[in-house]
Amino acid sequence: MDTKRRWTLDIAAWVIGLLASMVLIAHEAMASGRLATPPNAQWKTECGSCHIAYPPRLLPAQAWHRMMSQLDKHFGTDASLDPAAAAEIGAYLERYAGSSRRAQPAAGGLRITETAWFIHEHGEIPPATWKHAAVRSAANCAACHTAAEQGDFRKRNLRIPK
Amino acid sequence: MGTNRLIFPAAGFAAAMGLTAGLALAATPADQQKRFENEARAEGSGFGGFSAQRGEALFKATHGGEWSCASCHTANPVVPGKHAKTGKPIAPLAPAANAERFTDAATVDKWFRRNCNDVLGRACNAQEKGDVLQYLMSLK
Repeated sequence: MDTKRRWTLDIAAWVIGLLASMVLIAHEAMASGRLATPPNAQWKTECGSCHIAYPPRLLPAQAWHRMMSQLDKHFGTDASLDPAAAAEIGAYLERYAGSSRRAQPAAGGLRITETAWFIHEHGEIPPATWKHAAVRSAANCAACHTAAEQGDFRKRNLRIPK
Repeated sequence: MGTNRLIFPAAGFAAAMGLTAGLALAATPADQQKRFENEARAEGSGFGGFSAQRGEALFKATHGGEWSCASCHTANPVVPGKHAKTGKPIAPLAPAANAERFTDAATVDKWFRRNCNDVLGRACNAQEKGDVLQYLMSLK
């Protein structure tokens, strides 16, 4: 009886500790900006190796699904993953995907920069800015959105290179 | 006694994390090289050792395509590189400049698979991977 009670307490201590750390981690990410999602280490590491790990909300689930099925031909480079990592990241992206029609790239494409909201949000940016040496590509979010790595795209952290 | 109930699980958790981190870093570039040697022997046609010179040539050639390994990792891989397309910084590739390099077999295999496909348009064989690693290990 006493041993059983002790076990229960031990397990309770583990569970409470784990939950508390999960809440803390999630809170930190969510507080940083509107596009942050609960963190996923695989997503952050794998998607963030060659460019920033683009927030899941920037594309609809069906676009993420298609992108994950052709990672060996990822915008001109091989970004293939082992099946376990691809499955975990795919599920994460689809779970937190954007739901607005405006997050749908035009003509069935997969580029975030071809979605209606991206074009609308960036309409005032002059062509010279896109060609700036520090920007070079519209996919280079962090060139202007200084906290993009943290999923924070708010105007207060926007610094357009002059 | 009551405090121990909380401390033991916490200590166990910390120990498990430490052990995991330790295991992940257990392999060395020499371990990878040994692995490539075994694979090269298995691939047949008489293994005659790895060559830093051949590795350097492979590393710096474009192989009829647009990119070489050096396009992103620079022609002097002890310094940081930059992704040729996205511009994202890449930490130095040579183990002498970056102790994390070639310490995890899965990571090594992933990047050789992707990058050989991008640069050479095919997979690299064990001889080629070993030659490139020989070159990278020769850099100080």
